Amino acid sequence: MASSEAAEGEGGLNIHPMEQFEITPLFGDPHGGLGLLTVTNSTLWMALVLAAVSALLIFGMRGRALVPTRIQSVAELLYGFVRQMVTDVMGEEGAKFFPYIFTLFVFILFSNVLGLIPYAFTVTSHIAITGVLAMVVFTTVIVLGVMKNGTKFLKLFWIDAAPLGLRPILAVIELISFFVRPLSHSIRLAGNMMAGHAVLKVFAAFVPALSIFGILPLAMMVAMTGLEVLVACVQAYIFAILTCIYLNDALHPGH
Amino acid sequence: MEAEAAALLGKYIGAGMACTAMGGAGVGVGHVVGSYLQGALRNPAAAKEQTATLFLGIAFAEALGIFGFLIAMLLMFAV
Repeated sequence: MASSEAAEGEGGLNIHPMEQFEITPLFGDPHGGLGLLTVTNSTLWMALVLAAVSALLIFGMRGRALVPTRIQSVAELLYGFVRQMVTDVMGEEGAKFFPYIFTLFVFILFSNVLGLIPYAFTVTSHIAITGVLAMVVFTTVIVLGVMKNGTKFLKLFWIDAAPLGLRPILAVIELISFFVRPLSHSIRLAGNMMAGHAVLKVFAAFVPALSIFGILPLAMMVAMTGLEVLVACVQAYIFAILTCIYLNDALHPGH
Repeated sequence: MEAEAAALLGKYIGAGMACTAMGGAGVGVGHVVGSYLQGALRNPAAAKEQTATLFLGIAFAEALGIFGFLIAMLLMFAV
């Protein structure tokens, strides 16, 4: 996209790294308005993520063989990994949150990785989507914490281990850091995804601009794509483990 | 017209300055991983259990740089 417009630009190099994140309706006028029920490219890719996850987990586990096939062992590995993470952070008590954490992890992992396919749309690159995921976690922590611990939930902010004089100051800091959580939780994921894709797009614009020397940014892009695969997996892991830690705060507020 | 040009100039300068936050994030992430490696080489047996903490530390250090990047993006494309 950037290459076709490079000739039109006054400077010869006209990069539009953010165009790939545009949400467009799939049917009808591409520049028309977006309603509540408009089917957009974001909707399409979310559905594809759902289909890919279902294909792996439902059809992969259909055989239930004692000696797993290749696809079954991938599904089992994913399950075991998240299960281990949940019990490591929250203990056996947290096992009832395992389905929630697993859903979050698999959805984010698949949308990050599917978004790396050229011309694909990365669902998690939009703060609107990661923001909802993070707000649900935030609300769950508050509701669960108050339901399980009542007023003792406020011990999260009033730290008994600290000297009395320091406690009000610490309470303010803890309060701020608590309410900034949904913001940092969502922006971390969306920002990482957006930054990686924007950088790839900028490098892609260098390739046609440098003619024969374009092989250099091309090689760089291959390396960057490898890094992006790593980032996609790590960010899904981080989102899931932070959810575990926040939920652990709700279960055991006394530190 | 003058004011518009000044606003545009300020926008681009601000976006560039916001990106210096990424440098800080780079220093932070390097520090986290460097310290982890130092500890891990001294006591390799205990290193494996701390990988989760390592990734958490990286995430927290990186988040602040990402905030700066977001400010740059907002200035460039939203303001």
